[in-house]
Amino acid sequence: MRYLPLQAADREAMLAAIGVAGIDDLFIDVPADKLLAEPPELPLGKSEMEVERELGRLVAQNVSASSVPFFVGCGAYKHHVPATVDHLIQRSEFLTSYTPYQPEISQGTLQVLFEFQTQVARLTGMDVANASMYDGSTAAGEAVLMAHRLTKRSKAVLSGGLHPHYVAVIETLSRHGGATVDAIPADPGESEDLAAHIDDETSCVVVQYPGVFGDIRDLAPIAEAAHAKGALLVVAVTEIVALGALRSPGEMGADIVTAEGQSIGNGLNFGGPYVGLFATRQKFVRQMPGRLCGETVDADGKRGFVLTLSTREQHIRRDKATSNICTNSGLCALAFTIHLSLLGEAGLRRLAEVNHANAVTLAGMLEKVRGVELLTDAFFNEFTVRLDANAENTVDALAKRGVLAGVPMSRLLPARRDLRDLLVIASTEVNTDGDRTAFVEALEEIL
Amino acid sequence: MSMNTEGRPTRPTAAVGETPFETFTGNRGLDHEEPLLFERHANAETTGVDLPKAKTVKPRLGGLERDEPIRLPGLTEPETMRHYVRLSRKNYAIDSGLYPLGSCTMKHNPRLNERMARLPGFGDVHPLQPQSTVQGALAVMQSLSGYLLELTGMASVALSPKAGAHGELCGMLAIKAAIEARGESRSVVLVPESAHGTNPATAAFMGYGVRSIRARDNGTVAPEAVRDALDDDVAAIMLTNPNTCGLFEPDVVAIADVVHEAGAYFYCDGANFNAIVGKVRPGDLGVDAMHINLHKTFSTPHGGGGPGSGPVVLSDALARFAPVPYVLRDGQRFRIVEDEVAAEEQGNAPLGRLTAFHGQMGMFVRALTYMLSHGCDGMRQASEDAVLAANYVRAGLRDLFTQPFGDRPCMHEVLFDDAFLKGTGVSTLDFAKAMIDEGYHPMTMYFPLVVHGAMLIEPTESETRDSLDLFIATLRHLAEEAKAGNTALFEGAPRLAPLRRLDETRAARQPRLVYTTPEDPREAAE
Repeated sequence: MRYLPLQAADREAMLAAIGVAGIDDLFIDVPADKLLAEPPELPLGKSEMEVERELGRLVAQNVSASSVPFFVGCGAYKHHVPATVDHLIQRSEFLTSYTPYQPEISQGTLQVLFEFQTQVARLTGMDVANASMYDGSTAAGEAVLMAHRLTKRSKAVLSGGLHPHYVAVIETLSRHGGATVDAIPADPGESEDLAAHIDDETSCVVVQYPGVFGDIRDLAPIAEAAHAKGALLVVAVTEIVALGALRSPGEMGADIVTAEGQSIGNGLNFGGPYVGLFATRQKFVRQMPGRLCGETVDADGKRGFVLTLSTREQHIRRDKATSNICTNSGLCALAFTIHLSLLGEAGLRRLAEVNHANAVTLAGMLEKVRGVELLTDAFFNEFTVRLDANAENTVDALAKRGVLAGVPMSRLLPARRDLRDLLVIASTEVNTDGDRTAFVEALEEIL
Repeated sequence: MSMNTEGRPTRPTAAVGETPFETFTGNRGLDHEEPLLFERHANAETTGVDLPKAKTVKPRLGGLERDEPIRLPGLTEPETMRHYVRLSRKNYAIDSGLYPLGSCTMKHNPRLNERMARLPGFGDVHPLQPQSTVQGALAVMQSLSGYLLELTGMASVALSPKAGAHGELCGMLAIKAAIEARGESRSVVLVPESAHGTNPATAAFMGYGVRSIRARDNGTVAPEAVRDALDDDVAAIMLTNPNTCGLFEPDVVAIADVVHEAGAYFYCDGANFNAIVGKVRPGDLGVDAMHINLHKTFSTPHGGGGPGSGPVVLSDALARFAPVPYVLRDGQRFRIVEDEVAAEEQGNAPLGRLTAFHGQMGMFVRALTYMLSHGCDGMRQASEDAVLAANYVRAGLRDLFTQPFGDRPCMHEVLFDDAFLKGTGVSTLDFAKAMIDEGYHPMTMYFPLVVHGAMLIEPTESETRDSLDLFIATLRHLAEEAKAGNTALFEGAPRLAPLRRLDETRAARQPRLVYTTPEDPREAAE
C-alpha cells in the first residue's frame, strides 16, 4: 500500500520491541466479541490509475460551470481564480499544517490570517474580523447568537431578502437554543417594512446585501431603526465581490457583517468548502466566535503573530465558550487572501465593474424577450425575472440546450407556489457575448 | 483524578544572555523577513490580475456606489509568489516532518486526493445546478455514505456538517429531536472530564446542563459512574472512544446499555475513529450518533486550521431526524432532498438545516479517493499501523517518561504526564519548545486536562521505523538533558525557529487584530 511505509519485517520487529505477540494484543481493551476478524466488506485497495478511472466515470456525468454558458448564483458564484492561487495553496507548508498552536513554527499561517483579518475588516468597513468561519450561512447563524449575547435578548428579525437556506440555518440554531425568529416572507416586488418588526425583544435585524433576489438597498435607515430600539444590524453578504462596487455595510451602520467569501479565491466545489467572513466593531470583539489572530512580540522583541483571546473558545472555556467552533476554513481563507492581494484595490474595483456591466447588459437583453419581466431595479451582478412559465421547467429545458440559466426560486422556496415563475440570474466576469446570446436565443425558443 | 486548572505558561521567560548572530537584512539564510502586505511600497494601481475592460453601461447600483477607498494593496504575480512562498517557509508541515499532535491525526495527505477534487466536474459545479447535471457529484456523496456506513455499522449518515464540532452539534440536535418526538424534555448531558472542549461547548450551546463524569484511576470511564450520574433528566452521554487518553473504553458496551436503559442516547465523539477503522464498528458498541472528522481519519488536509468535514453517522433510532439536505437513490437516478417538507413527506422528521448547501464536497471527493485507494484491507492496516507506531513510541520511552495510568497498551496515541520532569525545573511547555529546535513539531500539550502537564503523542501510520527511532532517541535525549539539570537548553527554546517564544499575554491584553497605521485617524482612535 503506497501510503503505508511500514513493511512486514518492521511490524514484526516493532511488535517484539513492544513485547507483544501480535497486533490484536494491542487491541485488548476492545471487547473480544466486537473485534472484527476480517476487514469490512468493501473493495480492496486500488492503484492511482484505477482510482482515476473509477472517479473519472462519475465526474463525466457532471456539467462543469466552465463548459457551458453559466448564470447560476444564489449564494455561490462562478468567478475566475488566477492560477497563482491554486498553486500557492498547495504548498505543503500551507496545505499540510495544523491550526497554528505553536506560533514559533507557524508564522506563515499566522501572518496570512492577520492579513486576511485586515482585508476583511477593510472590505466590510468594520474594525475587526476573525480568522474565518465554515461558510457564509454558519457565519450568519453565529452572528445572530452573538447579537443575542450582546443584547441579552433573544429575537432575531430576518429580512425576506435573506437566502432561504440561511433562514433555515438560523432557525435550526434558534429552535434548539430557546431563541425566536421572526422571518419575514420573501417578496421580490415589495419593499418590506423591517422597522415595524423591531421591538424591545429584538436582538438583531438580519439583512442580506445584495438580497437573495439580487436587489440592493440603503442599509442606513434599517441601522437607525434597529439602533433606536437597542437592536443590532447584522448584514449578510453572499457575493463579496459586490463590495468592490457598493458602499460597505460598515459605512451604513452595520454592527456585525458576515459574508460568504467563496467568490474570491475559491471554486464552486458543489457547495463547499467555502469560507465564512465575520467582522464587527472593536467594542464587541470579546463576544466574537471563532479563531482570532493577533500581533505580539517574541522573546527577542521581534514582531510575530499568535492565536489570541482564546478565553472565548471551547478548548479553554468549555461549556462557557462563545461558540463550539474549533476548525475554521484556513486554506480557503488563504486562497481568499492571495486572490485579493493579486487583485488589490484597482483589480477588485475593475472586477466588480465588469461583473456589474455584464449583468446590466444581460438584464437589458432579457428585458426585451417576450414573456420575461425584470423585477430588480437596482442590482450588482444578479437579478430576478418573472417568466410567463414555470421557472424550474424553463431551467431544465435550457439545461438540455446547454445553458445553465440560474436558480428557480422554487428550488429555494418549494412551498411558495406564488414564486414558481421567478428565476434568479447571475452574471459574472466569466460570461462572454456568446454566452449571453446563447442564453437569450435559447430562452426565446422555449418561451 | 482531578481537573488540572493551572493551565500552561503564556509568557516567555527572559532570554538567557545569548547574543544572536545579526545580519544586515535580518534574514537568516533561507529564512527571510517578510513584511505585511500592508507595509509594502504601495501603489494604488498595482494589480496582478488582467481583466477585460467593462462594457459601457448605465449603472444600476441604486445610488449606492462605493465612494471611499477600500485600502487594499495589490501585488503583481511575481510579488505575490515571493510574498506567500516566503511566508509558507515559516510553517512546520506534515510533508516536512513528523507531526505528533495527539488527537489531531497529522497523517500523510495523498496528492491523488487533491487531483481528484480539482477535476472540473467536481470542483467547478454549482450546488444549485439542475440535479440532472450533477449526477456524478451525487453519486460521490452516495458512495462516501456507503463506505462510512459499512465502516461504522450505523443506519444512516448526515454529510452536511462542516467540521467535527459542527457534526457534534448535528448529532446532539438529532438526539434532542428524538427526545422531543417522544414527548419528553431532558436537560442534562453527561461529559467525562477528559473530553474535548467542543463536547461541553456543544451541550451548553444547546441549553443543556453539563454533568461531569470522573474517570477511574486507569483513565477510562466506569459504567457504575455513568449509572450513578443518570436519571430521567439526562438526554445523552458524550463519550470519546478511543478516549483522549489514547485508551479504548473497555466497558463501552456496558456504558451504552445503562445509558439506553435510562432512555438516554450515546453520542460518541469520533475524533479518534482512525484507531479502529476496519477493526471494530461503533454501531456494534451501541453508539447512537458519531461524527467523523474526514480531515483526521480520512486524510483530507488540515490546511492550517481547516476546512474540515464532519459527517455524522446515526443509529436506527435517530436516522429519521437527520438534517436536510440528503441524497437518495431514485431508480437509476440520484436525488438530493433539500427542504424539510419534502423530507417529511418521506416519513422523516429532519432536525433542520445546518448549512446553506450540501456540505464539504471537496472533502468528500478527497476522502472517497483515500478510501478507494486504501480499500478495506488498507484502511484496516492503516489503523493497525497507527496503533503499532504509538505503542512503539510508548515502548521506546516507558523507562524514562511517566505514564499516568501505568504501562499498558494504548491505541493510536500515547499519553505521558510531567511526573518525570518533577524537580528538573523543566515544564511540559519547555520540553515541547526544545523539540522545535530538534526539528519536530511538539506533541499535544496540557490536554487532556485530567492529566498534569499532559503530553499526548500521535505518530500516525505515516512514519517509517527509522523516523520513529530517531524521534524516540530525540525525546530520550531531551529527557536525559532535563534530568541532568541542563535547564538552559529548555528555557531559551526554541532558538532555531523563525521566532523565539511569543508573548501571548500581551497579545490578549492589548489585542491588535488588524493592521493599523498611525496616519489612519479612524483606526488610531480605537
